[in-house]
Amino acid sequence: MRKHSSLRHAFVLCKRNLIKVTRTPEQLIDVTLQPIIFLALFLYVFGGAIGHGGSRHDYLQFLVPGLIGQTIAMSSISIGQNMNADIEKGVFDRFRSLPIARSVPLVGAVLADFFRYLVLCVILVGFGYLLGFRITTNPLLLLAALGLAICFALAFAWVSVWVGMTVRTSGAVQGVMFLLIFPLSFGSNAFVQASTMPGWLQAFVNVNPLSHLVSAMRGLLLGGPGPVATQIGWTFAWILGLLVVFFPLALRGYIRRT
Amino acid sequence: MTELVIEATGLTKSFGKTKALAGVDLAARQGSVLAVLGPNGAGKTTAVRILATLLRADAGTARVSGFDVRKQPDKVRMSIGLTGQFASVDDDLTGTQNLVMIGQLLDLSKRAARQRAAELLEWFDLTEAANKVAKNYSGGMRRRLDLAASLVGRPQVIFLDEPTTGLDPAKREDMWDVVRSLVSDGSTVLLTTQYLEEADALADEITVIDHGRVIAHDTPYGLKRVVGGQRLTVHPADPARHDELCDVLRAISGQTPEDDGRGTVTVRVEGDDVLPDVVARLRAAGIAVDEFSLHLPSLDEVFFTLTGTRSHDDSKEALV
Repeated sequence: MRKHSSLRHAFVLCKRNLIKVTRTPEQLIDVTLQPIIFLALFLYVFGGAIGHGGSRHDYLQFLVPGLIGQTIAMSSISIGQNMNADIEKGVFDRFRSLPIARSVPLVGAVLADFFRYLVLCVILVGFGYLLGFRITTNPLLLLAALGLAICFALAFAWVSVWVGMTVRTSGAVQGVMFLLIFPLSFGSNAFVQASTMPGWLQAFVNVNPLSHLVSAMRGLLLGGPGPVATQIGWTFAWILGLLVVFFPLALRGYIRRT
Repeated sequence: MTELVIEATGLTKSFGKTKALAGVDLAARQGSVLAVLGPNGAGKTTAVRILATLLRADAGTARVSGFDVRKQPDKVRMSIGLTGQFASVDDDLTGTQNLVMIGQLLDLSKRAARQRAAELLEWFDLTEAANKVAKNYSGGMRRRLDLAASLVGRPQVIFLDEPTTGLDPAKREDMWDVVRSLVSDGSTVLLTTQYLEEADALADEITVIDHGRVIAHDTPYGLKRVVGGQRLTVHPADPARHDELCDVLRAISGQTPEDDGRGTVTVRVEGDDVLPDVVARLRAAGIAVDEFSLHLPSLDEVFFTLTGTRSHDDSKEALV
């Protein structure tokens, strides 16, 4: 019963966050313009050099799932920044004086991020399609791939929320998250095949959660090589792991902040 | 004896090396107004935040509506409304959206929440601004919306942290009327203030705190008796007559008048018939005055009487 009403409360605050996005739509730049620019840059600047067999189209097929992974990680930064700035405002005093679960404001914010990630996925696949990206499986598997990506994004968002609750300024949230996201996104198979890297780096790439996500998506979208089920399994294991570790940490940070 | 709805004993709280509260006791009976009077930095806000479960005291106990704020915070939160010193409304939401959100968090149905929001907006004269974003509200409107937000759940206990600071006098009177009507509906109100006048106008009992300690607790009547009722402030039109003016005032009050350094003289007076007496004597002495007022002692004067030292209000010192 208690859980039930907490979820309803979280949806009320999710709506609050969505209203805030409609007031300042520029908050969506990181899930609209940014992925478009990344896709264009990687395809036309690096595509020719990295391209598989010199074919730009082959690289596009390889790149779109990879970029979904990378931009999901990048877009997680803003929730930590927003929470860090928001919590200083009086309205959080109001939430804390209401008989609702402590976690509700945080869960509400993460739920609202679902829509941001949905926009991100639609933009990347849509723009990719314009440039010639084609799935070779079927639309159902496309939905499965995007669903998996969004699940991962919502779990990864808790890392950002935790950082947002822990560091002092919203600028510092960005700094810390960049330190984390750059090695994770470039030290993965998102942009190049892991087989071209030195062995020690391959070891990192192979356990990197983003690599698992990207491999799973490539499998679902392109039928690609390797056992897809294993990669999906690993991705879910990471999703669970991120939630188990970072949800309590974020909540503890939030409560301490009061 | 009526039940105590707010009951705190020995509250202490430190922030780093700063001791915000050094053992504060507070008590308010059901349906009464308790005013916590003190200068900036006295610990008023800290005390309110502890009672409203936003902060944990380092030591001491507090019960609100019979529930322990530390052990049963959820139960306490069911019965309280809090209006902070800095209006806690969401700037990006409209007045209606703010209130409906709170209503839904309090488990009202969407329809009931909307109805309650409309009711409160009307009461606080915000119906016209109901669909405007709170960012565009004036300071007074934000205060009213904030207070409305704290009343959505019809709380039995209402905490008002300096509800009138920064409001103009007319708006202050409006806020006082709101407080009175809340109490007549049976709510218990704890309000903090820097003005004895406000405490006197609203409170059944006043607790004066300074540096995190209670330095007086009394009814407004009792407190005024201790600090000596009214103050008479006079400024002579001709600065040369200053000393003569002091002689007249000394003769009437039996007290040595105090000078603020710019020729304005203040003296403590007793009794209601002092005014005609002073006027008659000034007239007889032929002393013209360009400022003449009878008022309750300021917080500064209250503190001077209670503690023998001026309150350490930085903002006031900066003005002098």
